[in-house]
Amino acid sequence: MKYVEEYRDPEAVHKISEEIHRITRGSWNVMEVCGGQTHAIMKYGIEELLPKSITMLHGPGCPVCVTPVELIDKAIAIAAQPGVIFCSFGDMLRVPGTQRDLLAVKASGGDVRMVYSPLDALNIARECPYLQVVFFAIGFETTAPANAMAVYQARQYGIDNFSVLVSQVLIPPAIELLLNAPQTQISAFLAPGHVCSIIGYEAFESIAAQYHTPIVVTGFEPVDILSGILHCIQQLESGRAVVENQYSRAVQRQGNPAALKMMNEVYIVSDRKWRGIGFIPRSGLTLSDKYAAYDAERCFGAVSYSDEVATVCISGTILQGIKKPRDCPAFGNTCTPENPLGATMVSSEGACAAYYAYAAHM
Amino acid sequence: MCLAVPGKIVSIDDQDSVMRMGKVSFGGIIKNVNLAYVAEAGVGDWVIVHAGFALNKLDESEALQVFEYLQQIGDLEPE
Repeated sequence: MKYVEEYRDPEAVHKISEEIHRITRGSWNVMEVCGGQTHAIMKYGIEELLPKSITMLHGPGCPVCVTPVELIDKAIAIAAQPGVIFCSFGDMLRVPGTQRDLLAVKASGGDVRMVYSPLDALNIARECPYLQVVFFAIGFETTAPANAMAVYQARQYGIDNFSVLVSQVLIPPAIELLLNAPQTQISAFLAPGHVCSIIGYEAFESIAAQYHTPIVVTGFEPVDILSGILHCIQQLESGRAVVENQYSRAVQRQGNPAALKMMNEVYIVSDRKWRGIGFIPRSGLTLSDKYAAYDAERCFGAVSYSDEVATVCISGTILQGIKKPRDCPAFGNTCTPENPLGATMVSSEGACAAYYAYAAHM
Repeated sequence: MCLAVPGKIVSIDDQDSVMRMGKVSFGGIIKNVNLAYVAEAGVGDWVIVHAGFALNKLDESEALQVFEYLQQIGDLEPE
């Protein structure tokens, strides 16, 4: 096993596609929650392999997309200060704030660095004890254990010139919000495999039962995604609604207990604002009191949130699976990856950016 | 963002349990990876890696299940 090539095998892809065609009777809307899956679906043209009666809806699972613009403005303000080294995953650097992005801060002399891991940022803090090193701790449950470990080690080793600007969000509350929306059209979910590798899928079992909606934990390669869709359609056609695990090679029901323990050590659950959607109760993480000294909002001032400003952009309804990118008059015209108007165009994993990259001329 | 890539552990340095680190090969490209969350993984095991951390050990028998299931649907066409 190489764990990649096998899951891109064209023969296997066609076999699953044929099976989906064979069993599909009704019209179904299947939502992939994760932006990585949205990207893969567009890249591999997976919708072309499905019956016309199956529609893929693209969910809110792109943490870069849903990070509120107020937090990005805060990041930019911190990064522009002298004596600060601002570290971030590469995806965040080009996301526009109200005035400019983090790369523009770097271009005008700010010390903005792209890191691969939060531990890289911690190492920079260790090496530069006279400078403040701030890490932009964004992400879903997949990234939370890595970010938590950096904070835990900072405290453990007494690295006091390190802090994190936290924008951690959680998937299960977002799924419940989507299912509670009166205009929801979602028949079934592909649950995000890497989030589930951490949290497991127990949290989804009550959601599947309560809303009578199939949820299939799914990986990221074409064979994974098509298998996930096949499991959803099998359930929908037979009237079942349970959680199934397509991505069992990486996901266990209980998740990763060691990673969850570290998350619980460092974070507490809190309300969070999602760009394009608004505040969702208990949908994110914040540093617990024990680690509050490492909170950049404590060191550099708290972020103040305002209401979403109404624009022509319909990213909020796209994130909720109510509309598609091409329903927006701005898509590809006044809104492009170079000049994004909203959440779903700001990152390559957003639905609008994925459509723009792979399906603009379809 | 939640991209995670499978790689094979080639060596482990576990002097410090919090900093349990290892070298992981991604098709020949070797990177240092934190293995604190996969205490059960050893040299030769495959792990799925995100932001410098191994999220979980990959299970080969589970990995093959997808293809066994495909066999049940109908035999894959031979080359």
